[in-house]
Amino acid sequence: MKTLKILVGVAFIIAISAFALNKVSGTKIKGGYSIGDIATDFKLKNVDDSSVSLSDYDDAKGFIVIFTCNHCPYSVAYEDRIIALDLLYKEKGYPVIAINPNNPKAYPDDSFDNMKIRAKEKGFTFPYLTDDTQVIYPMYGATKTPHVYVLEKTTTGNIVRYIGAIDNNYKDASAATKKYVEDAVNALLKGKKVPVEVTKAIGCSIKA
Amino acid sequence: MPKWIIYSALIILFTTCKGEKTVALDATNVFESKGIEIPVYDFESFKPLLTINDGKTRVVNFWATWCKPCVAELPYFELINSRYPDDKVEVILVSLDVPSQVESKLIPFVVKQKIESKVILLDDPDANSWIPKVSKNWSGSIPATIIYKNGTINFYERSFTYNELEKELKKML
Repeated sequence: MKTLKILVGVAFIIAISAFALNKVSGTKIKGGYSIGDIATDFKLKNVDDSSVSLSDYDDAKGFIVIFTCNHCPYSVAYEDRIIALDLLYKEKGYPVIAINPNNPKAYPDDSFDNMKIRAKEKGFTFPYLTDDTQVIYPMYGATKTPHVYVLEKTTTGNIVRYIGAIDNNYKDASAATKKYVEDAVNALLKGKKVPVEVTKAIGCSIKA
Repeated sequence: MPKWIIYSALIILFTTCKGEKTVALDATNVFESKGIEIPVYDFESFKPLLTINDGKTRVVNFWATWCKPCVAELPYFELINSRYPDDKVEVILVSLDVPSQVESKLIPFVVKQKIESKVILLDDPDANSWIPKVSKNWSGSIPATIIYKNGTINFYERSFTYNELEKELKKML
């Protein structure tokens, strides 16, 4: 590797807002949900071989839908927090529904058999579903794992109320100063507006 | 506890061949092992790297060893780095590996793959605050790449083949 020294001349600092999107992007998912959209239901296979749909949950007030997977270190870093979210909110009406959106041919770690193993090892308290036909994640607009959608169940459907990260520190739960998903669900439980509706995070690209 | 050398504020001096005014990037840490040095930045200290205005074209690739499509396209960035003269094009590989895996995964990878491009670690867990500052169009998935020269900046949240990457680079040269 070359020397640490980065050779730089600084005549002007260009505002970062000048960044332009180049339109050649081919892998970017078009569409996906925005806040306030009605999220589709689905029927996906769970690690216990049953099929799970949002409509199965008669008593739910909403859902914490999390696109996650086995192979991604960011997903793994959040596993305990995902379990904690489910334990905290399932009884309050907001169960976690985890969906693995990856193509197992691209990531063998994310195969259905390995999902079963991981769910058992970690003692997942929530359904861990495979979107192996890869139909659902593009509809939601998930681009990476983990990627969370908090849905509020209403008479007109499941409305998207929050999209993004679980909190603001993937490395260390105790160092997170903003718990976006908790704040969102707590607000919804009180009938209030979600304080932060969209956040961004680094994650592992979903592989088609 | 990894054995890395901590510099509370390591100053990496930036100089130009023309001897212009220089700027310093403050690395928060440096990992050093197997003859490889990986400087670590939080976003504040990393940010100036995206706005250098010296006429050189910079190809800044966000990647990680755990990211399969990133690893797959790294050889193309290496090829760009070797084929274009240093004073015209600089490739910077910005790893988003978790710091605990720098010594166990990142450095062995750099050694094994004989990576010649500059490799740095961006370690800033509050991604929601800095991702939009890289590009408001970035969702946060990797690979992602910036190609810029002076004030012209293109951002790509996608994978590249060599030809695609070179085509985008040539737009900037």
